[in-house]
Amino acid sequence: MFPYLPQEDAVSAPFWAATRERKLVIQYCSTCDQHQWYPRAICISCATENLTWREVSGKGTVDSWTTVHRAPTEGFVPPYVIARVLLSEKVIMLTRLVGIESPACDQAVELSWQELSDGRALPVFG
Amino acid sequence: MKTPVIVGAAECDLGVTNKSILELQAQAVTRALADAGLKISDVDGIATNAISRFSASSLADYLGIEPKFTDSTFAGGSSFEMYVARAYHAVASGQCNVVVISFASNQRSAKSRSLGGVVEHHTPEAQFETAYGPLFPLSYYAMAAQRYIHDVPNGRAALSEIAISAREWALLNPKAYRYGTASLTVAELESADLISSPLRASDCCLVTDGGGAIIITNSEMAKNLKSKPVSILGFGESTTNTSMTTHRDLRVTGAKQSGEIAFAMAGVSRSDIDVVELYDSFTITTLLSLEGLGFAGKGEGADFVLDGKTRPGGTFPLNTNGGGLSYCHPGQYGILLLIEAVRQLRGECGDRQVANAKLAVAHGTGGILSTNATVILGAN
Repeated sequence: MFPYLPQEDAVSAPFWAATRERKLVIQYCSTCDQHQWYPRAICISCATENLTWREVSGKGTVDSWTTVHRAPTEGFVPPYVIARVLLSEKVIMLTRLVGIESPACDQAVELSWQELSDGRALPVFG
Repeated sequence: MKTPVIVGAAECDLGVTNKSILELQAQAVTRALADAGLKISDVDGIATNAISRFSASSLADYLGIEPKFTDSTFAGGSSFEMYVARAYHAVASGQCNVVVISFASNQRSAKSRSLGGVVEHHTPEAQFETAYGPLFPLSYYAMAAQRYIHDVPNGRAALSEIAISAREWALLNPKAYRYGTASLTVAELESADLISSPLRASDCCLVTDGGGAIIITNSEMAKNLKSKPVSILGFGESTTNTSMTTHRDLRVTGAKQSGEIAFAMAGVSRSDIDVVELYDSFTITTLLSLEGLGFAGKGEGADFVLDGKTRPGGTFPLNTNGGGLSYCHPGQYGILLLIEAVRQLRGECGDRQVANAKLAVAHGTGGILSTNATVILGAN
């Protein structure tokens, strides 16, 4: 179901470590009082390194979605639903929607998890 | 400062060629030079990509020349509109005198295209997006289309009209992959295979070999050449994202910025334009570009196209070669937008010629709506 194992790096390691405990953590800049996704070495508003990791609510809405009907590479088993989810922390994540028969833009969704084969997990929404 | 003009344009073989990339490149370059009345030894500038990691060097070596200017900006399908801007500055300043902008792909013959795209494992996109299994770039455009359809009444019908209109033009272009086939029907479109909803196979560009070249020189040199020069009146570009998550509004693309800059430079208005060539990797790409460039307001592109004005004989000739949807899509289609615009302005388009075409827009889009570049050209 999830054949691709992402390659993490020093900046993103805390994110992936938290997924082992099924916690979704996102970078937060205390100077700008805002979150950013994806993890970076600097804040893209103020360019400082004053970034901390915060566990987020896991609540969001579907910005848009698409049902994938062809496998991008071997190991993926379509159909499945890819989505951009706008978290209440005002960042957009790419994810999957699970257990939703008829997805719709703007519908409310909540965090759940899909395990990767190495013990990490991917945040998904449903 | 010198005045750069376009003096040559040609395609290489299109469709299924069973030729190498560099053989097709050589065809494109020599045909465009012949069109201009120039020789390879006249070329002192090269802009190209997708040959190898060192694409401009590769092409220079293959052609046996040592240019004074090269550019291999890699921005997907809009690269070639960007090259026009860079070549313009190089020729205007006198850095070089004859630039060839070229591209060729043998992706269909070589079966080198993957629905998952090229994954570079060290990038943020690979780390945070690839694992979910999006088609790349298709699923991003699909999400843009989904949002458009959700927000705009008649959105789905408008996407279909983009494909229907492109096919009508292709039926007038003997070089089009779909030439000699039939008109598209709504029923056919709505029963095509879903690839990444709401986009069906009929919303997606062709996968073909192909490419071409254009030649830019200065207006003084152009006086001694056989072809009718085409003026470069304006250009602009915008780079917005590589991630699927950083650009907030899927319905607003970099076409807005690139278009505003290009139209301001050209000093012409949208209503002055006679022929419009917009990248149509997917039907949604064209619709969003129409709105971004200001030909229609945000959310008004659907009604704009649904009266059929973009078809042959309509008041807004759009993608007059049949587009990436029905003519040719060799992976990066941007060079072919420029070639068609040049030919329309030179009045060489036969059955599909737009009468009295004086001003043309060529607008490229690359990546996942990542880059947009607009060029405004004028007839002499």
